[in-house]
Amino acid sequence: MKWFLGHLPQIGSLLLNHAVLALIPLVVGLLLAIPLGWLARRYRLLYTPLIAGTGLLYTIPSLALFILMPLILGTGILDPLNVVVALTIYTVALLVRTVADGLGSVPDEVLQAATAMGIGRVRRFFGVELPLAVPVISAGLRVAAVSNVSIVSVAALLGIPQLGSLFTDGFARDFVDPIVVGIIACMVLAFALDLSILGASRALTPWLRTSRPAVGRAA
Amino acid sequence: MNLLWDWLSDPANWDGPYGIPVRVVEHLGYSAVTLVLAALIGIPLGLWIGHTGRGRVLVVNLVNGMRSVPTLGLLFVAVLVVGPLLGGDIAFLVPSIFVLVVLAVPPILAGAYAGVEGVDPGARDAARGMGMRPAEVLVRVEVPCAMPLIFSGLRSAALQVVATATLAASVSLGGLGRFLIDGQAYRDYGQMAGGALLVAALAMLVDLVFAGVQRLVVSPGLSPVRATRRDRRRQPTGVLDAAVAHQT
Repeated sequence: MKWFLGHLPQIGSLLLNHAVLALIPLVVGLLLAIPLGWLARRYRLLYTPLIAGTGLLYTIPSLALFILMPLILGTGILDPLNVVVALTIYTVALLVRTVADGLGSVPDEVLQAATAMGIGRVRRFFGVELPLAVPVISAGLRVAAVSNVSIVSVAALLGIPQLGSLFTDGFARDFVDPIVVGIIACMVLAFALDLSILGASRALTPWLRTSRPAVGRAA
Repeated sequence: MNLLWDWLSDPANWDGPYGIPVRVVEHLGYSAVTLVLAALIGIPLGLWIGHTGRGRVLVVNLVNGMRSVPTLGLLFVAVLVVGPLLGGDIAFLVPSIFVLVVLAVPPILAGAYAGVEGVDPGARDAARGMGMRPAEVLVRVEVPCAMPLIFSGLRSAALQVVATATLAASVSLGGLGRFLIDGQAYRDYGQMAGGALLVAALAMLVDLVFAGVQRLVVSPGLSPVRATRRDRRRQPTGVLDAAVAHQT
């Protein structure tokens, strides 16, 4: 506790770094996963290779992916861009399947009704399919957000400053306090992200609030 | 790129007590011990929870909660706190295996639980109607039907453990992570990247092996593809997705 209070500014700046490193990949990953998930859904032939391919990327351990990134990106080993791109890959890997399944969960009758009302394909996708897929997509996004926060901390082993630096510092000095503070800060950050995604998902799906059981499940 | 191939193609790195084959064996050793221990804890517990329906909330929260715990921090705390109590070589080994087990139990538990819970109630009723006792229902109907999910839990745990065992090198254990950590310490990028490539290959290989075994183990009556899809539709945000989604 004493250590925590004495190092507030340092912890704050590490927390900020951590949040940025976890958030950018989440947003970029989602933006990439939506078209890919749509492709997997629209063209049956693409479903298996897309899901299997992204699943294979997901098997690469994070520390290994961080280290291999410079080979592909031409960055230095200390460049935070390695972490951002690696996490984007994980996020996409996780979300492509979620987006495809989410779009698949939209009932056919709804799509037919939309078509019958003269809604064009593009508008139907953004106005009907995507909003109805929000609960499933946001569930996947929450998983991605929470695991991103945890994975970012591994980058401390390479010397990229974020909350994980508290782990390596504490371990090097045989001092548990910073490590515990770091763990708690990571969990708080993950929890906050999780809650905001949940909140955003609820705000985006007002029609679900009338039927409690469905909302309960999405939660 | 050249550094990477130089390191990988140097015969000296493939030989001796610190060579690549030894590190692979160490890595797989840690992973195997962890997985066996985690399965011994997670499978019976998951089956029991799925069978009785007790402690369901616990499973979901455990799986979700554990994902937010940063592995590296947990590992360091375990080594600093537990290590001094043990002394000697096991001062690093025991806490590391402990942390790996802690990580591996939730997906296994969730898989076993979701598998049993998702068994077709008709099949369960039929078994009861045939006069099976609760234990028989569990062993002869529920477990075989739950096999696809039990296995997908084991598979994601295995993947996670192989990935996380890499971090064990940061607390001075062996395994393939040694090349990543030592390469970093000596500013030898070839060694780091070579080790990273080996770890990635090993993780993929382990995942493929598990996928293969899964096919063999699951009863042909339950095509794994169909079973998982059915479950996912019923429970799009449920424990299964949580079980599968693990990475460190």
